[in-house]
Amino acid sequence: MVPGAAYAGSFLEPAGPIASAQLSHFGVISALMLIVIVPMFVALPIVLWRYRRGGKGTYRPDWEFNWGLELLIWGIPVALVAALGTALWKHTLKNDPYRPLGPAPLVVEVVSLDWKFLFLYPEQGVATLDLLALPEGRPVTLKLTSGTVMQSFIVPRLAGQIYAMAGMQTKLNLIADATGDFVGRNTQYNGLGFASQSFTARVMSPNDFAAWVAGAKAQPAALDAAGYAALLAPSVANEPVIYGRFTPGLFDQIIASFAPGMAAGHSGHAPQAGADAPAAHQHNDHTPEAAQ
Amino acid sequence: MNWELIFGQIKWTSFVFAGAIENPSLSEFIASGAGSVAVLGALAAVILLTVKGWWVPLWRDWLTSVDHKKVGIMYIAIALVMFARAVIEAALMRAQQLAATDSGGFLSADHFGQLFSTHGTIMIFFVAMPFITGLMNYVMPLQIGARDVSFPLLNAISLMLTMAGAILIMVSLVVGQFSTGGWSAYPPFTGIEFSPGEGVDYWIWAVSLGSIGSTLTGLNFAVTIYKKRCPGMTLFRMPLFTWTTLCTSILMIFAMAPLTAATVMLALDRYAGFHFFTNGDGGNMMNYANLFWLFGHPEVYILILPAFGVWSEVVATFSSKRIYGYTSLVYATMCIAVLSFAVWLHHFFTMGQSANVNAIFGIATMIIGVPTGVKVYDWLLTMVGGRIRFTTPMLFHINFLLTFILGGMTGVLLANPGIDFQVHNTLFLIAHFHNMIIPGVLFGMFAAVQFWFPKAFGFRLHEGLGRASFWCFAPGFLLAFFPLYWLGLMGATRRTYMWSDPDYLPWLALAMAGAALILAGFALMVMQIVVSVRQREPLAAPLGDPWDGRALEWSIPSPPPDWNFAVLPEVTARDPFYEAKKAGTAYRSPAAYEDIEVPRNTATAPLIGLFACAWAFGLVWHIWWLAIVSFVLIWVVVIARSFATDTEEIIPAATVKAANEAFLAAVRSAPGVTRDREMTSENRGRAIPEGLEGRSGAVSSGAAVEVLS
Amino acid sequence: MSLSERLHPGINLAGTDPESHEAAEEVLFGFWIFLMSDLVLFAVLFATYAAMSVQGIAEGPGPAQVFDLTAAFVETLLLLLSSFAFGFGMLAMKYRESRRAVLGWLLLTGGLGAAFVGMELHDYYVMITQHAAPPQASGFLSAYYLLTGTHALHVSSGLVWMAIMAVQVVVFGFTTPVKLRLMRLALFWHMLDVVWIGIFTFVYLFGVAS
Repeated sequence: MVPGAAYAGSFLEPAGPIASAQLSHFGVISALMLIVIVPMFVALPIVLWRYRRGGKGTYRPDWEFNWGLELLIWGIPVALVAALGTALWKHTLKNDPYRPLGPAPLVVEVVSLDWKFLFLYPEQGVATLDLLALPEGRPVTLKLTSGTVMQSFIVPRLAGQIYAMAGMQTKLNLIADATGDFVGRNTQYNGLGFASQSFTARVMSPNDFAAWVAGAKAQPAALDAAGYAALLAPSVANEPVIYGRFTPGLFDQIIASFAPGMAAGHSGHAPQAGADAPAAHQHNDHTPEAAQ
Repeated sequence: MNWELIFGQIKWTSFVFAGAIENPSLSEFIASGAGSVAVLGALAAVILLTVKGWWVPLWRDWLTSVDHKKVGIMYIAIALVMFARAVIEAALMRAQQLAATDSGGFLSADHFGQLFSTHGTIMIFFVAMPFITGLMNYVMPLQIGARDVSFPLLNAISLMLTMAGAILIMVSLVVGQFSTGGWSAYPPFTGIEFSPGEGVDYWIWAVSLGSIGSTLTGLNFAVTIYKKRCPGMTLFRMPLFTWTTLCTSILMIFAMAPLTAATVMLALDRYAGFHFFTNGDGGNMMNYANLFWLFGHPEVYILILPAFGVWSEVVATFSSKRIYGYTSLVYATMCIAVLSFAVWLHHFFTMGQSANVNAIFGIATMIIGVPTGVKVYDWLLTMVGGRIRFTTPMLFHINFLLTFILGGMTGVLLANPGIDFQVHNTLFLIAHFHNMIIPGVLFGMFAAVQFWFPKAFGFRLHEGLGRASFWCFAPGFLLAFFPLYWLGLMGATRRTYMWSDPDYLPWLALAMAGAALILAGFALMVMQIVVSVRQREPLAAPLGDPWDGRALEWSIPSPPPDWNFAVLPEVTARDPFYEAKKAGTAYRSPAAYEDIEVPRNTATAPLIGLFACAWAFGLVWHIWWLAIVSFVLIWVVVIARSFATDTEEIIPAATVKAANEAFLAAVRSAPGVTRDREMTSENRGRAIPEGLEGRSGAVSSGAAVEVLS
Repeated sequence: MSLSERLHPGINLAGTDPESHEAAEEVLFGFWIFLMSDLVLFAVLFATYAAMSVQGIAEGPGPAQVFDLTAAFVETLLLLLSSFAFGFGMLAMKYRESRRAVLGWLLLTGGLGAAFVGMELHDYYVMITQHAAPPQASGFLSAYYLLTGTHALHVSSGLVWMAIMAVQVVVFGFTTPVKLRLMRLALFWHMLDVVWIGIFTFVYLFGVAS
C-alpha cells in the first residue's frame, strides 16, 4: 500500500502523453457540455422568478408549442453531439490502448493475482512482484492476463485501465515522460484484499533503468512454475519482490492453463515457448472480442 | 439421522448471531444488530397485527387483493421498507470509509463487501423497481380511464414474486452471508470457485424472482395500455406518465430476459458444474458482462422513464399550464427507449475490444443525451407562461432539472472511452449514477408520493414537513455525492473499504455529512406520513382534485372506489379533466349506470409468492426437499386456480349509482378553492382552476383563457 | 367494431362464437406479448450458443463429433407433425366443438410431443455415455444443453398444460375460458416449432456442416 503525496494516484497530474491526452480530453468535453448546461442554470431562475404565481409573466395556460424553440432544443443538442462525437472518435482511435506508441517498445507481461501483480520482463529476463519499473521516454507495451478472477489494471498518472482476464490477453500501451514513483492498482473488486492491491510504478531514466535491470538480474530469487503456483494463494504482498530470472514462456503458459490455444505470439518479443500454432491465432492479437 | 437432508447446508453457525459469539468485534455486532432489527421488526409487525386484530383485514383486503390500486400501494410499501435498510447501509459504508484512513475502521472487509452488494441489489431491484412499478400500477389505469389492468391476478403474482425476493434478501441478514460480488455479480469472482457458500445464491434467486415479476409486469402494462384505454383516449391523448409507462413496459419485456438468462447460467455454473463463466473449460465471463448489461443498461431507462413521466405531470400541474412540446416529449421518450438497447457496451469499454467498437458505442451513448436534453428543456419551457407554485413536488422538480443536467454532463464524459479508462470503477462513476438515480428516479418517486398520496388515501400530506424533508434531501444529495466526483478524479476506487491517502479525508467527511442529511430527510419524510395520518381530518381532500389536476385520475373521488370509474369516461382531448373543468362539463351525472364486473380476491397470488420464497430459500441452502415441494406447490396452485370458475363478482348498477351520485352531489355543493388556499384545510379537493377564479361553478364552454395578471 | 373482424393473429373465433371472440382479443394479444418475451429469452440463449460453440469448446468435443443429425431430423418431423395435429385440433374446436375430436387430436399432439422429448432425452443419454459430452465438459456443451434443454422444458410444460386442458375439456366442455386457453396453448406449441427450426438449423445443421 502506498500512502502518497497529493493526487499520487490521479490523472489530474499526468506523467505521460496518454494520461495527459485523457486529461485534456476531459477538459474539452466538459467545456463543450457547458453549452447545454449554462442556459439551464441561467434560464431556470429567470423563468421561476418571472412565472412564479404572482410574478410578472403573462399567464398563457394553453401555450404548448413554438417551432423556433423546437428547432433550438433539438438542433443545439444534435450539433453538440456531432461535435462531441467527432472529438470522441478522434480521441478514441488516437489513444487506443492497443496502439503501439513507437518502435521497439519495452514489453512487460502483467499477471494479475489475488491481491498482487506479477510483472514479467521477457527482454530483460527478470520479474517483479508489485513493482513496475519503467524507463522514461521509451514506449511500453503491457500485455495483461489474470491468474485468477477478472481484475482491472491502472497506473492513473500514465494511462487508463484495462481488464486482465484469465485465459485471455489484453494490451495497454503507454509512455512515461517523468521519473518518479506512481501508484498503480487494481480497480475491480476481487475479495478481501482488494483495498490493499496497489503497487508502485517506478519510472527511471534510461540509465537508471539499465542499472536497475542489472541489479535485478543479480537477485538470487528465481520464478518457476512451482514458484508461480505458490503465488496463486491469495495474499497481499507487503514488499515488492524481485526475481533475477523466470521460466521463459511463463506468461503464455499461464494463459494456456485456462485456454489452450489462446496464448500465442503476437509481437515477437514474447518467448514462443509453449504456444501452439502461433499463426493460427494472429487474430487473438486483439483478444478478447476482436470485432476487427 | 441425516441432518443435512433436512436442513441442507444451514448450521447453527449460519445464523448471524453466532458470528458475534464466536468472533466478537464491532463489525460482527453491527451484523448481529442488523439481524436483530430484521427479526425484531418482523416480530413487532406480528405483535401489532395481533393486538390490533389486523390479520384478517390484512389478508382479506390487501394480500389477496387483485385491485391495481392496492397492489400499487403494496409495491410502494415494499420499496419504502427496503429503502430504510439500504440507505442505512449506505450511511454505514460512508462512516466506515471516513473512519478507516490508515486504520481498519470498524467494519471487516467482508462485511463491507456484503454491504455494498446488498445496498446496490436492494436499491435497484427492491427499491427503485417496486417504487416505479407500484406507481405505474396505481396511476396508469386511472389515467387511461380503465377499471383495472388487463390481467389483475397476474399483476398480484408479480407483486408477490417481488415480495418473495425482498423477503429472501431480508432473510440473508439473519441466516448466512450475502454475496460480496456487488449488484452486478461479475463472475468468475461470483463463481463457485471464488465465492463458495450461500451468498451469491441469495443474490441469484432474489434477483431472479424480481426479474420474473418485472417481466410479467411489463407485458401486463403494455397490454393494458394497448387494449384498455377508454373511448376517445387515442395514443396521442394519453398523459405523459402513461406514455413513459408504456415505454418502460416495453423495455421490461425485452430487457428482463437477458438478466434471467444470466442468473440461470450463473446458477448452473455454481450448482451443476457448467462452464458458462468459469475460468477455463471454455467458460468466458465476457458473455456475462454482455448479458448483464444488455439488461442493465435498459434497466436504467426502465427506472428513469416513469420518473420522467412524473416530472411531466408535476411541472404541468404546478405551473397550471399545458405541457410544452407534448409530441416532442413522446418521441424523445421513444428514442430513449430504443437507443437504450444500443449502448450496453459502454459499461465495459475497458474489456479490450477494438477502438472502433468503443467509439461507436460511445457515440451511441452520447446520442441518448439528445432526447434527454430535449425533455429537460421541454420541462423548462412548460413553466414559461405558467403560474408556478413552489409545492414540495415542484421543489423536487426544480432540483431535478439542475442536478440531473450535471449528471448528464458527467455521463457524456463517461461515454468517452478515453475518459472512462481513467474513471471507470472509481467513485466518479459512483457519483455519476447516483447523480442520475437519486435526483431523477428517487426524488421523482418522492415527488410522486407527495403528488398522488391524496388520491390514494383521501388526504394530503403535511406540506411543511414535506418541504423540510426536501431541504434535507436536496442539499444532502449534493454533499454526499459531489465530493465523490472529486475523489474519483483523485483515483479513489469504488467498493474499497479503506484508503490510506489523507487527502481523501475532508471529502469523505463532506460525503458523510451529506449521508447524515439524507437520513434526516428520510426521517422527516416518515414523520410527515405519520403526522399527516394523525391530522387526516384537516388535511382531507375526498373530493378528488386537490391540485387542480389535468388527467382523468383527478375526476374521481379520493380514494377511488373499487371500480375506479362509475361509467367509463369519454375523452376528446389531452388533459381531459382540465378541459372539462374549463368547459364546465366536469362532474356531470352520467345518463345511465350499468353493472360492473370486478375480479374477486384470491389467495392464489400470496400462495405462489410464499412457495416461491420457500423454493428460493431451499435452493440457496441446498434443502432439496423444500425446493422440490415448493416448486410443485407453486404449480399446484396455478393449476387449481385454472379450475376455479367463480372468479368475478358483480357490483350492481344501483350500488355504483348511489356511490357516484353521492360523490357528485358532494362536489357540486362544495365551494371550490383557488390555488391561494391550496395548502389550507379549506382544500377538500374541489379546485377552481387557475385563471378561472372569477367564474366559480360552471363555466361556459369555449371561453378564451388568455388572462393577464 | 365488427365481430367478424380479425382481432388477433392466429385462429379467430369470429363467426362461430362471437362472445368468446370478443373476450379473446385482450387475452390473446397478451399471450403474443408473452411469447415475444419468451423469444427474447431464446434469442439470448441462441446468442450465447453462437459464441460458445466457437470459443467455448476448450478440451471437449466439437459439434460435429457429438451431434446425431438423423435423430435431430426425426425429432423435427415429430414436432412439426404434432403442431400439424394441434392445428386440426383447433379447427375441430372452432367448427365442431366436438369433445371426442378435440381430445383425439390433443392425444395425437401430446403423443408426438412426448416422443420428441423422449428422443431428445435419448440423445442426451447417448452424448453423455458414448461421446463423453455432458454439460460439464465445456462451455460449448453447457450452452448446447441449456438451449436445447430450455426448449425441451418448454415442450414438457406444454405437455403438462395439454393434459390439464384435456381434463378441462372433459369437465367444462367448450366454455370461453377453455377455448381461450386452448388457443393460447396452440400458439405456445407453434412457437416451440419455430424455435426448434432455429435449433435444428443453427445448432445441428451448421454444427455438423462446419
